[in-house]
Amino acid sequence: MFSFDKSSRVLTGFGSGVLLATLAAFCHAEPAGYYGYGEPATEDQIAGWDIDIRPDGTGLPEGSGSVDEGLNVFETHCSSCHGAFGEGMGRFPKLAGGDGSLAQDRPEKTVGSFWPYASTLWDYIHRAMPFFAPQSLTDDEVYALTAYVLNLNYIVDGDFVANKDTLPKVKMPNEDGFIWEDPRPQIQNERCMKDCRDTVEIKDSAVGKNLTPSTTGPLDKGLTE
Amino acid sequence: MFGKLRRLTQDVSRIALEESERLPSNERRRFLRNGLFTAGGAMVGGALAGLSPRLGATETQYPPEIPPWTRTLGPGVVTNPYGVPSSFEKDVIRRNVPWLTAEKTSSISFSPLQHLKGIITPNGLFFERHHAGQPEVDPQQHRLMIHGLVERPIILTMEDLQRFPSVSQINFIECPANGGMEWRGAQLNSLQFLHGMVSCAEWTGVRLSTLLQDVGMKPEGKWLLAEGADGAAMTRSIPMEKALDDVIVAFAQNGEALRREQGYPIRLVVPGWEGNTHVKWLRRLEVGDKPWMQREETSKYTDLMADGTAYGFTWVMEAKSVITSPCPEMPLRDSGIYQIEGIAWSGRGKVKAVDVSVDGGRNWKQARLREPVMSKSLTRFSLEWKWDGNPALLQSRVIDETGYVQPTLAQLIKIRGTNSIYHKNAIQTWQVKPDGSVNNVQL
Repeated sequence: MFSFDKSSRVLTGFGSGVLLATLAAFCHAEPAGYYGYGEPATEDQIAGWDIDIRPDGTGLPEGSGSVDEGLNVFETHCSSCHGAFGEGMGRFPKLAGGDGSLAQDRPEKTVGSFWPYASTLWDYIHRAMPFFAPQSLTDDEVYALTAYVLNLNYIVDGDFVANKDTLPKVKMPNEDGFIWEDPRPQIQNERCMKDCRDTVEIKDSAVGKNLTPSTTGPLDKGLTE
Repeated sequence: MFGKLRRLTQDVSRIALEESERLPSNERRRFLRNGLFTAGGAMVGGALAGLSPRLGATETQYPPEIPPWTRTLGPGVVTNPYGVPSSFEKDVIRRNVPWLTAEKTSSISFSPLQHLKGIITPNGLFFERHHAGQPEVDPQQHRLMIHGLVERPIILTMEDLQRFPSVSQINFIECPANGGMEWRGAQLNSLQFLHGMVSCAEWTGVRLSTLLQDVGMKPEGKWLLAEGADGAAMTRSIPMEKALDDVIVAFAQNGEALRREQGYPIRLVVPGWEGNTHVKWLRRLEVGDKPWMQREETSKYTDLMADGTAYGFTWVMEAKSVITSPCPEMPLRDSGIYQIEGIAWSGRGKVKAVDVSVDGGRNWKQARLREPVMSKSLTRFSLEWKWDGNPALLQSRVIDETGYVQPTLAQLIKIRGTNSIYHKNAIQTWQVKPDGSVNNVQL
């Protein structure tokens, strides 16, 4: 890494255009397949693992599920953490509600109020839910749950049937609420060294709030299994 | 010399015999049958462990006394075939904040920064963030699939992967939620819990550029999806520019295989970018023409502003620093000369300078940076300070090589509001009281 560090320091001076060109050259130092390690991935192998879904619906499988079917699956697999109506239990996530709350003091970021794409719902339920048994649901069950959670948020009607054609057409209420470009750095400070501020006032202190676990001895009693 | 060794041996034998007398008869027989030295260091270690309580809490071993560890033999080699810290370091552990998450499988533990020296985090103390717990992945069974917009989709074994040319680089990893509990006020009175979601290690692995070059990327490949083999099948979309710049598929951390908590057998290391992009237990890399808009880059790890809009793809960890000594866990004692010490880092490159203030940011002095100072790595700084016993407000402020100056919390809140959770890289203020205690305060 040390030699790479030095080279990148030198390159910074030439500007990013030159840097990228140099990186490209660096990347193309050897022809494709030069090392040739590994086995070719077969279509079957790729199909088994390639589970990602994009907003345009790329990756969605055959199958379908209705809101009603979703209600049953939800009660069996989801409501113990997310509540019967997606209201959330304890610190487990709330799935519905929070409309119009994003600019409020206590925003509620739910599927309905916050998530920009319906495809993400299918993708995430399929890859990571139920929390205690991920990737255990059938594609139809995932479609049904997606339909149900969208319906809980009044984004689709009760007769909605989710499949690979209908789901990409669902427009989420907050799709346009995101800016997909990092605005930072937003703060340009001078490096002031002397008399940099007039007043120094302590506005808040963590003392006495009783929120800090112990930092000595074993992990806090009652807080571990 | 041999006489002395014999005496020492006799001492240890005597201690061991005394120890054995306190054992039940069957255990005592085994103890004596195994013999003191043939049983190896563990037996001597056991004898010594039995010895220590007998010292008594009030009995001192200072000069001119000769302490017992000078008058006996210690345990032999391979007493701990994989070494562990001294028993006196038992407080130096990762800790969690139970009220923070619903349970511990999708949760966070914090590195004990108050006890760490230098810039490398020991592997057992590296902070943890799991989205579905830490799977135990069998490296013989594990595979890395590379596919999508490539000429030659492949499946690599871990042995295949390690045949490629590898590199080592020292990089920090920080969770973007580090300090995220403090947007609305000072809550936690502890360095560990306030800033312990950052750690730093030497990572060894294969450059993504090497791997992607070998499978032959198609020109329309602009994005990469990285996916883990854990129960969250954790995913992030990474733009190709970054992937080809300095990202590696790491299989080693500080010279040994990755720890299970850090993604054993392989993880992504995405230098300077938020921790969740460093996908652990990596199983799949897909080249595509657009980002995938996964849950962990839409619903989570996006920054909600006060007006209700949210910024996404805010990958880079902006420059940050914090004083690690003193801190709430490491208070001052008497007035006198102290070395204020801390760590600084930037996701945009090297730390150029760190300034320290003892008056709440009115006046600043440039601290000394300790070598080595490396890009996207922790950097340690120090400044000598004579404490007169009066109240003080300690702060540190990093300037990185892009000229970016670490902001105050008030500045961040003005731009971001208090609901963005992530990317709180504000200056930390420690209040020093006349009794030497140190507290987390906000100005």
